[in-house]
Amino acid sequence: MADITIPPKDSFRLSMLIYDTRYRSLTIQVVFMFLLMAGATWLVNNTIYNLHVLGKDFSYSFLWSRAGYDINQRFIAYNSDSTHGRAMLVGLLNTLFIAFISCVAATVLGVIAGVLRLSKNWVVAKLMAIYVESFRNIPLLIWILVIFAVMTEAAPAPNAFRGANPSAHMWFFDTIAVTNRGVYFPEPLFFRSLGNIDLGIFLVSTDLLAIIAVMVLSILGYKRLQRSAETVQNATGIRPVTWWKSALILIAPIVILLVALGFHLGYPELKGFNFRGGVHARNSLIALWVALSVYTGAFIAEIVRAGIQAISRGQTEAALALGLKPGQTTNLVVLPQALRVIIPPMISEYLNITKNTSLAIAVGYMDLRATLGGITLNQTGRELEAMLLMMGIYLAISLIISSVMNFYNRSVKLKER
Amino acid sequence: MKKSVILGMAGAACLAAGMATAGTLDEVKQRGELNCGVTTGLAGFAAPDANGVWQGFDVDYCRAVAAAVLGDPTKVKFVPTTGQTRFTALASGEVDMLARNTTWTFSRDVDLKFTFVAINYYDGQGFMVPKALGVSSAKELDGATVCIQTGTTTELNLADYFKANNMKYDPVPIETNAEGQQQFLAGACDVYTTDRSGLAATRATFAKPDDYVVLPEVISKEPLGPLVRQGDDQWADVVRWVANSLVEAEDLGITSANIEELSKGTNNPEINRILGTDGGLGKMLGLDDAWAKRAIAANGNYGEIFAANLGESTPIGLARGLNALWTHGGLQYSPPFR
Ligand SMILES: N[C@@H](CCC(=O)N[C@@H](CS)C(=O)NCC(=O)O)C(=O)O
Repeated sequence: MADITIPPKDSFRLSMLIYDTRYRSLTIQVVFMFLLMAGATWLVNNTIYNLHVLGKDFSYSFLWSRAGYDINQRFIAYNSDSTHGRAMLVGLLNTLFIAFISCVAATVLGVIAGVLRLSKNWVVAKLMAIYVESFRNIPLLIWILVIFAVMTEAAPAPNAFRGANPSAHMWFFDTIAVTNRGVYFPEPLFFRSLGNIDLGIFLVSTDLLAIIAVMVLSILGYKRLQRSAETVQNATGIRPVTWWKSALILIAPIVILLVALGFHLGYPELKGFNFRGGVHARNSLIALWVALSVYTGAFIAEIVRAGIQAISRGQTEAALALGLKPGQTTNLVVLPQALRVIIPPMISEYLNITKNTSLAIAVGYMDLRATLGGITLNQTGRELEAMLLMMGIYLAISLIISSVMNFYNRSVKLKER
Repeated sequence: MKKSVILGMAGAACLAAGMATAGTLDEVKQRGELNCGVTTGLAGFAAPDANGVWQGFDVDYCRAVAAAVLGDPTKVKFVPTTGQTRFTALASGEVDMLARNTTWTFSRDVDLKFTFVAINYYDGQGFMVPKALGVSSAKELDGATVCIQTGTTTELNLADYFKANNMKYDPVPIETNAEGQQQFLAGACDVYTTDRSGLAATRATFAKPDDYVVLPEVISKEPLGPLVRQGDDQWADVVRWVANSLVEAEDLGITSANIEELSKGTNNPEINRILGTDGGLGKMLGLDDAWAKRAIAANGNYGEIFAANLGESTPIGLARGLNALWTHGGLQYSPPFR
């Protein structure tokens, strides 16, 4: 039996902190922690000191003072008399809006392109490959600028729609106007509107709430109908005819509500310098949205393709051999497994989109960076405060997105028993 | 109380950082180069010419300071700044001074902690529109799309003006003058608004300047001038008196043509003092006696600088107006050199 000498307890020497592997990692961690804290302290002290030298203090009171500037795109009431805090909120909502619509569009584009890239049709597959490679490999900023430039330089000015013989025309039976200042769409209006509910910070349209409520109820009713049909089918073997009941439940209530509210469309009309009425999607919004969507869509396409290819062909063949239809094979066999591979990298893409919205600076889209981190910062001279707050907000948005997505990821994960 | 203890500790801990805020004058001398914040490009005020050499009214102020402090008007590093980045650049020490069409306002002076040392151009905000719009007054601009540079007094004045006149507008925020020009020419906005001098300068670079008009309304006071960080009075004095010397030189009839002659000595004691023939003033500033002579010799007196960059013989074609000497009914006036 080999001799194992156990070192006596009392023989601890200082040098063992470095040479003894039992202590070494602890020593390194303690030293590193100490250095890190010293570094952080130095940074904070240095900042406080230098602010002091400049005669500045650290305060967020500017958030409650009058902003004095106007913002073109606002989802909540705002004017130049509102506070900097509210300007920040307007910017934040603009950021969230562009991030949301870009995530949706990028996902749709990405899934289509990813699936089509695996298509057996050579032309389609190659076209998708070209899309992916060209958009992925050119910087996003350039796409934003190119689309913005095309929109402003190529589209007609509102003036061109004027007169007896205008050189430009509206689209789709005079409902949509594409101008070099953006696109004007018809807007939903109500003759007998229910008004708004004041939530203190912003107003919520009661009409919208009513529409959402009715739609949710319809869908619940529809589900119930399907379930009872299933029960009948299980009991008797014959599925009762439900399509007209489904249609009735899904469509009738919403139509009745819309008629009751006096729903109609407000069309954009050329008045004075610009089109008035309708929804105005500015060039900055469109350029940012299109660029973010097609650029990130290219990455998502690759993720989707990888996810589908990760499921071995054998499974598809086995499913088909068992008599599943191709649609069922995709829905029941391939997709549930592919999603497992697809979702984690998708979270990163959504986070990328959200952070990339700050490229709005290139086209003057009034996002959080442009309001809080731009005009407010500049007019109040509160660089440090504004930057820290902005970083905090972006961090919070990102953490919320990733926790929601992680939650979804857990719910679609393969449940192993 | 607690705050001051922290500040004291921080102060002790950061001696090294403290050294960095030693006098700007010494720093510039040591560096041998003046860092001067200018626009990203506005013809007549500050823009690089075909050879990449910066030219313009504000640029000449940077050069005059460099000449006075370093003895060489070419020892300037021009740092282009946008409306949004200029104050951070100055506050952080990236530039020693700003000469960038910057309006002297209460909050910039008091809250943002800067010191405006002179007003080298008395201006006001105006509007430029294409002639084809058929607009003759700013009061007719209700509903217009307006291009504005962000981070400026311009956007605040604009909001106030439209509100006061009960009109609406759609602001298109832009970062630089070049961007604004491009958007305006493409018709993405009906109106371009900024300081009237800036409008004239921008219009002068258009292919067809005559297709555009500057509306008669002047909606604000925009006293433009060079500025430095607050708290370094010596440096503020240097830049202030260089600026004053240019105006005083015009007042006294000192030009780049006769400055050599006059500096040999005259029977006007004021000229002798400013040009350093009678010594003394330079030392008080921490400079040598010929400081103002070099500053004036760099690009001439105020009138010469104005005429060469903005005056009626240039494409920009601005009249002196408010910027004439006080003796000619204008506002340009220098305190005495004594
Ligand atoms: N005087 C105003 C506006 C100054 C300003 O930004 N002017 C524009 C046009 S006159 C400019 O200099 N632009 C040059 C650039 O874009 O760098 C202020 O100080 O806020």
